[in-house]
Amino acid sequence: MRNPLSQKVTSIAPSGIRKFFDVVSEMPDAISLGVGEPDFDTPWRIREEGIYSLERGKTFYTSNAGLKELKIEICKYLDRKVNVQYDYNSEVIVTVGGSEGIDIALRAMLDPGDEVLIPQPSYVSYLPCTVLADGVPVPIPLQEKNEFKLTAEELEAAITPKTKILVMPFPNNPTGSIMTREDLEPVVEVVKKHDLFVISDEIYSELTYGEKHVSIASFEGMKERTILINGFSKGFAMTGWRLGYACGPKEIISQMVKIHQYAIMCAPTNSQYAAVEALRNCDEEVQEMVEAYNQRRRFLVHEFKRMGLKCFEPFGAFYIFPSIQEFGMTSEEFATRFLQEEKVAVVPGSAFGDCGEGFLRISYAYSIEDLKVALERFERFIMRLRSEK
Amino acid sequence: MRKQILKYIEKKSKVDLGELAVLLGTDEVTVANEIAAMENEKIICGYHTLIDWDKAGVESVSALIEVRVTPQRNQGFDRIAERIYNYPEVNAVYLISGGYDLLVTLEGKTLKEISLFVSEKLSPIEAVVGTATHFIMKKYKDHGTILVKKSGSERMLVTP
Ligand SMILES: Cc1ncc(COP(=O)(O)O)c(C=O)c1O
Repeated sequence: MRNPLSQKVTSIAPSGIRKFFDVVSEMPDAISLGVGEPDFDTPWRIREEGIYSLERGKTFYTSNAGLKELKIEICKYLDRKVNVQYDYNSEVIVTVGGSEGIDIALRAMLDPGDEVLIPQPSYVSYLPCTVLADGVPVPIPLQEKNEFKLTAEELEAAITPKTKILVMPFPNNPTGSIMTREDLEPVVEVVKKHDLFVISDEIYSELTYGEKHVSIASFEGMKERTILINGFSKGFAMTGWRLGYACGPKEIISQMVKIHQYAIMCAPTNSQYAAVEALRNCDEEVQEMVEAYNQRRRFLVHEFKRMGLKCFEPFGAFYIFPSIQEFGMTSEEFATRFLQEEKVAVVPGSAFGDCGEGFLRISYAYSIEDLKVALERFERFIMRLRSEK
Repeated sequence: MRKQILKYIEKKSKVDLGELAVLLGTDEVTVANEIAAMENEKIICGYHTLIDWDKAGVESVSALIEVRVTPQRNQGFDRIAERIYNYPEVNAVYLISGGYDLLVTLEGKTLKEISLFVSEKLSPIEAVVGTATHFIMKKYKDHGTILVKKSGSERMLVTP
């Protein structure tokens, strides 16, 4: 029989997280700091709206690009939050999570051989989605000394005549790093100079602490060359609803709608109705979650400092990314031993790119009580490692 | 800062000052001073414990009593409310808009005890023209805390 599989697909390595997930699932009594989704339930008024949409019989397809009401709310929200103005009718598409937005943006824009710059450590899907879209992923290793922000020099050095797209993964999963307006300015200059396009994954835009999120699309001349990806999973605690959106120039969005129309048809209808409520009436609920994350963030920063662990202070998402280089083992070894000896799951930094080696991703999408238990074990573990040395 | 402290201790009055200071990004002295000041100003009026008496195996019955009254000259409702809230078994007394005037919540050991309170203490007050007593059969949520058992977390242990 012939090989049924595509080489393109088989060439993609399984995700480092998946590997770790398999180990953890063998261990039913393990606790975890390894989760990339909120611990909060979706705010009740959003759930109620989803239920109500079912009661009203909203069980049909919506138009391909999404429910008009929702697209209008998305535009108002982006205007209010990041000061970028989109036309709901031609510049917005509602997707199945930010995930689909990333996928179809790449597919709509790439020709074979086009290079995509992917700052790492970063979310696991940019690279395989680029490969599946026949692009060539070019990782840019970010540095701890820059708090894992992208610098203009790093960007400039990675650009070739084939470079077409820059992925901007901020606020960042797994580092918690953010890019402020001042950080973005020089990057924007380079992007314009080399006529690049940007896919800006702003899924964590609600979750910043201290500074408000700044979208790269809000810079002069950038809306034309940016696909802004966002969604409801993180800020509104709606991971299972599978709903996100992408906004950008209408020539690109209309081609994305074409792919979406053939591959997906439309995003889940009841999720779309619920999301209208999320954007209209949930500022307070979101604010409460942000405040809770911020308290946990301060708690972890404080605890790691107390333990003498090297760690920069993250200002976004719900992750902290401490260095474990002092222990002289790979992050996978560290995570595996930690899991076996103390039954706590964390994700090795290397799962997010080679330059994540030497770090751990610790999620604070957990209650303070849960964090305390896990940190007690963490401290015991690193004391043991230090005494072994 | 005050609002954040209050939000925290509203749910958890057993404060670890050091921890609270870390969570709010400030120092212990500031938190302690703010709390002391708010106690003085009677913004913080007391520290209570939320107890599920059923679970503790202590027999107790709670009731909500609607009370209709005729307000008294010069004193409005305040004087009548005082006559009611001074009873130690009374938990809360609220002046209410709508169909009746005062809402009284009461804890007693038995139904009989509460009935006696209504018939012997409450109803005889001259200004009281009528009462309706509702016994609480089950508490689902109290003071913002859900008391019924919630299902465990469905999240997977490791996700990207
Ligand atoms: C950086 C980042 N982008 C996108 C996603 C995908 O989110 P969703 O498809 O649920 O919107 C995630 C989820 O973990 C993420 O961390």
